[in-house]
Amino acid sequence: MINAPLLIASANGDALELRPTGSWTVVNAATLEQLSASIAPQLARARSVTVNMSGVRELDTLGAWLIERISRHLAGGGQRAHIVGAADDYIDLIEELRQVNRRRNPGPTERKSIADRLEMLGRAALAAILDLSVFLQMLGAICLAAVGVFRRPRSFRLTSLVYQIYRVGWQALPIVVLITFLIGAIIAQQGIFHFRKFGAEAYVVDMVGILVLRELGVLIVAIMVAGRSGSAYTAELGSMKMREEIDALSTMGLDPVDVLILPRVVALIIALPILAFVGAVAALYGGGLVAWFYGGMSPVTFIARLHEAISVTHFEVGIIKAPFMALVIGIVACSEGLRVKGSAESLGKQTTTSVVKSIFLVIVLDGLFAVFFASIGM
Amino acid sequence: MQETDTHVAIHVEDLVVGFGRHIVIDHLSLDVRRGEILGLVGASGGGKSVLMRTVIGLIERQSGKIEVMGSDIGLTPGRRTRDAAAKWGVLFQQGALFSSLTALQNVEFPLRENATLSDELMTEIANAKLEMVGLAPEDGVKFPSELSGGMTKRVALARALALDPAIVFLDEPTSGLDPIAAGDFDTLIKTLQKTLGLTVFMVTHDLASLNTVCDRVAALADGKIVTIGPMSELLRSEHPWVKAYFHGKRSLMLQPKAI
Repeated sequence: MINAPLLIASANGDALELRPTGSWTVVNAATLEQLSASIAPQLARARSVTVNMSGVRELDTLGAWLIERISRHLAGGGQRAHIVGAADDYIDLIEELRQVNRRRNPGPTERKSIADRLEMLGRAALAAILDLSVFLQMLGAICLAAVGVFRRPRSFRLTSLVYQIYRVGWQALPIVVLITFLIGAIIAQQGIFHFRKFGAEAYVVDMVGILVLRELGVLIVAIMVAGRSGSAYTAELGSMKMREEIDALSTMGLDPVDVLILPRVVALIIALPILAFVGAVAALYGGGLVAWFYGGMSPVTFIARLHEAISVTHFEVGIIKAPFMALVIGIVACSEGLRVKGSAESLGKQTTTSVVKSIFLVIVLDGLFAVFFASIGM
Repeated sequence: MQETDTHVAIHVEDLVVGFGRHIVIDHLSLDVRRGEILGLVGASGGGKSVLMRTVIGLIERQSGKIEVMGSDIGLTPGRRTRDAAAKWGVLFQQGALFSSLTALQNVEFPLRENATLSDELMTEIANAKLEMVGLAPEDGVKFPSELSGGMTKRVALARALALDPAIVFLDEPTSGLDPIAAGDFDTLIKTLQKTLGLTVFMVTHDLASLNTVCDRVAALADGKIVTIGPMSELLRSEHPWVKAYFHGKRSLMLQPKAI
């Protein structure tokens, strides 16, 4: 390469003359860095330095900075380097760089001390309390809006409710049916496979029936709804918040809770029990099919055993939980949506938080209901 | 409009760009001279950004020739466009800073990917760029979400300049800034253009920046460059759209200087 950079140093007593040549640009960064490091010992000995730039073909910020760095290295000893023979625009650039990197860049501070950790713990606890208060506020706002609707039923947004039921109920049906069908089939298959060892295959029907109706049906459906519809609510409300649509609603004298949140939450409360019911039926159907083809139990026997094994109580225990789970999902999804700040990252973060939180709360709620039903003997 | 090759930074000839049947750029030719600041004006949705994005290879063209600093840009985005990318820096309208990196890391990113140099030197260079665009070293540790609009544009400009490109493309650099910040930004572009010897291709609606920083202004209408030249020449143009643009109510401030 003709333009390969070089740095010729010639010492004369304690005066040092440097002659950079070639192109001092970022393309040759590695060579340039070596060159400027190689003259460090001579630079340390020198009293005065002259940089003769007449041989430089090209100069960019990197090259100019390296020359400035040489000059600054020396300035530590009291004197600046003389720069001679440079073209005018190079002088401008070097002058420009004389101003920069004067202060040390504050690096990211390490946070390691015990006090810092305690502070983080405290902040996390505070955030948890804040979460609880946000949840309760949203619950309160929804209750208030519901009371308002009972007073003036005409103020309720029926069109919005129907549309939301269509979205979270009707459109969710295929996937809910498919998943619950498979879950029922898998439970039945596992039951038959293991119960067969001690000849208790017939009890598979009890297991599938009770498990699906009491626990799994509603739990699986609630988790799916949290992932599918809860996240959609958060993303929708979050993007409306980002684009100031929610502020626009408020300035028109409308309450966003009335207009946006109540219809959505009510739609979930209506749709989730229906989905849970359909899901339970699909799971039983899946279990029945597996019992027939894999376990050799005819559908007639399956239905007869199912009739003996389960009572309407099991079904009630399952379905009573559904609206409460729907309420929790709705509140979490909507309040997380409203917590979205201006940026797109915050929208993504809030949506993830919404799904994680609502699934967690749904499972906690399911546990509480299990304790409750056990103690009242249902 | 033809000029000798050594003085031309961007050469566009007979360019056609369209989406489906809708032709946005219709047999357009344009030369950007080395070391000038060229402003491009045009109606909203009239293809200014499309032209810029086609030149930098983000949009495929139907036909025509594009040369940047003497090397031909391929018809489809590929290796040749990537090689050419080292010759330009782009300032996107919203800054397009990587949100997971700090301001300093954003400026370091092109250096880290395209040049071999030590971490220490890289930080010094990136920091130098940040200071050259008028930011304090403390701003380097901030994330894009913590920066104001003007600061975002400055960091984005620093990143566009990280590799000392010969050409910078600016897409509405002053939009969304208050007149003071916009004025500062104009001055900054002019200063950097002088010290670094840049060629600047600027898409803008800001009449003040057109008037103060641009050496030449090109007007894009009906998919073609209808007028190109210094501001005074554009003000005399007889083309109806150019006339409406520069002689409308909002352009009155240009008149006393022009006449």
